Amino acid sequence: MRRVAVTGMGAVSPFGRGVNELTRGIIEGRSAIVALDELADYGGLRTRLAALVPGVDGKEIARNKRRSMSRQSIFAVLAAGEALTQAALPEAGYGSGRYGVVVGTTISSLETSESFFADHLRDKSFTRMKTSLFFKTMNHSAAANVAHFFGIEGRLLAPAAACATGCQALGYAYEMIASGTQDAIICGGTEEFHPLSAATFDLMNAASFRYNDRPLVASRPFDRQRDGVVCGEGAGILVLEEWQSAKSRGAEILAEIIGFATLTETGSIAEPSSAAMQRCMALALADAGVEASLIGYINAHATATEKGDIAEAKALLGLFGDQVPVSSLKGHLGHTLAASGGLETIATIEMMRCGELWPTRNLTEIDPCCRGPKFFADIDKQAASLALKNNFALGGVNSSLVIRSV
Amino acid sequence: MTDAEIISLVNDSLVEEFELESSVMLSEAEIFDDLGLDSLDIVDMVVVLEGALEIKIRDDEGLREIRTLGDIHRFILQKKREKEAVS
Repeated sequence: MRRVAVTGMGAVSPFGRGVNELTRGIIEGRSAIVALDELADYGGLRTRLAALVPGVDGKEIARNKRRSMSRQSIFAVLAAGEALTQAALPEAGYGSGRYGVVVGTTISSLETSESFFADHLRDKSFTRMKTSLFFKTMNHSAAANVAHFFGIEGRLLAPAAACATGCQALGYAYEMIASGTQDAIICGGTEEFHPLSAATFDLMNAASFRYNDRPLVASRPFDRQRDGVVCGEGAGILVLEEWQSAKSRGAEILAEIIGFATLTETGSIAEPSSAAMQRCMALALADAGVEASLIGYINAHATATEKGDIAEAKALLGLFGDQVPVSSLKGHLGHTLAASGGLETIATIEMMRCGELWPTRNLTEIDPCCRGPKFFADIDKQAASLALKNNFALGGVNSSLVIRSV
Repeated sequence: MTDAEIISLVNDSLVEEFELESSVMLSEAEIFDDLGLDSLDIVDMVVVLEGALEIKIRDDEGLREIRTLGDIHRFILQKKREKEAVS
């Protein structure tokens, strides 16, 4: 199997455009969560909270390219642009069929669908439908738009596993490069906020609403006073590249992906399973060929739901004991759903590069049911040479990625 | 609505839909080469003009002859006159 390097990273996050904005917001310990008053217009929705991307309208993308892009595709293209600029892949590879795109979303653009159906259902007429509707809402829209915008003509895959989408995209890309079917892949996840996402969690009593008047402290992973997810949006895109080609062309290698696992637990389509999480992490470690004791940092999925955080804490304790530092970035970013795997992997790699570990915002009192793993309150000035990244999803999907610093 | 008003409405609709500069909206402007539209845009253009002018043109054979913005103006004015004549 071939080694897989990370040579580019791009972010559109609730902290703004770019990896620098993402990492600055986290290092400064800020929260990107806001009170969204218009959510009060939706009957039955208790939460008024969201983590929205500020100041991105996509107008810098030419109209004839942008016409097929929903907001989440625009996020993906902008993040991919940053990642590709950093990677500086050889131009000859773009049309060679050896560079691919693996970018997924939770669901096709709800904003676009809502806009269409709001008009269409007045008279069930298709006379006002425009050609862009399909291209904005097809399930592989974000991936296809990235491929077309940059002229990347290899494999195209659009994984969809809700909150595990981004992590799966990175993992599948890693496997394709390692096995030799592709030489470089632009991969990650993207998400646009829609009230339906918040309502879905709210319906299952898994969305935060007790902090509607205090958005900055709303998302509280592993905390005793947590009351659920705050939905967010953005895109986290990485360029993965075959190690030797990256080395030989003198590319800056940011990190190495050395292990991946994903599995489905079929006991419940909604309930998290601690056993499945632990099994998934163990498989990822086995794929990487490293012992649990060698992992220096774990970036948890931890979305601040009651059950999910407990299940993950138990799985972490079971596999890693109480010695491996653990944090979740949802306290800063909210839950960016399909984008979370990419964005949080980027942040994890940045932690490894600058020799720091960034703590969980709003974790002030550890839930007794989550006790055991090594949570930390302040920026920890220690370098992790090996990190594990988790993302778990409704549908029983679990995914874990193992990253090595360079 | 006068012919000038109809032409203005057509131009405004196309400028908004396709984010065109007003300066390119000349009668002799070629739809593909000068306005930068393509076959998908032409489908959407029909939808936009039908909505703005409350006419039905989608199945009209005359659409195939359109090459310039001036052709669009003449085509639409003709359709409006036909509609008024019927009503």
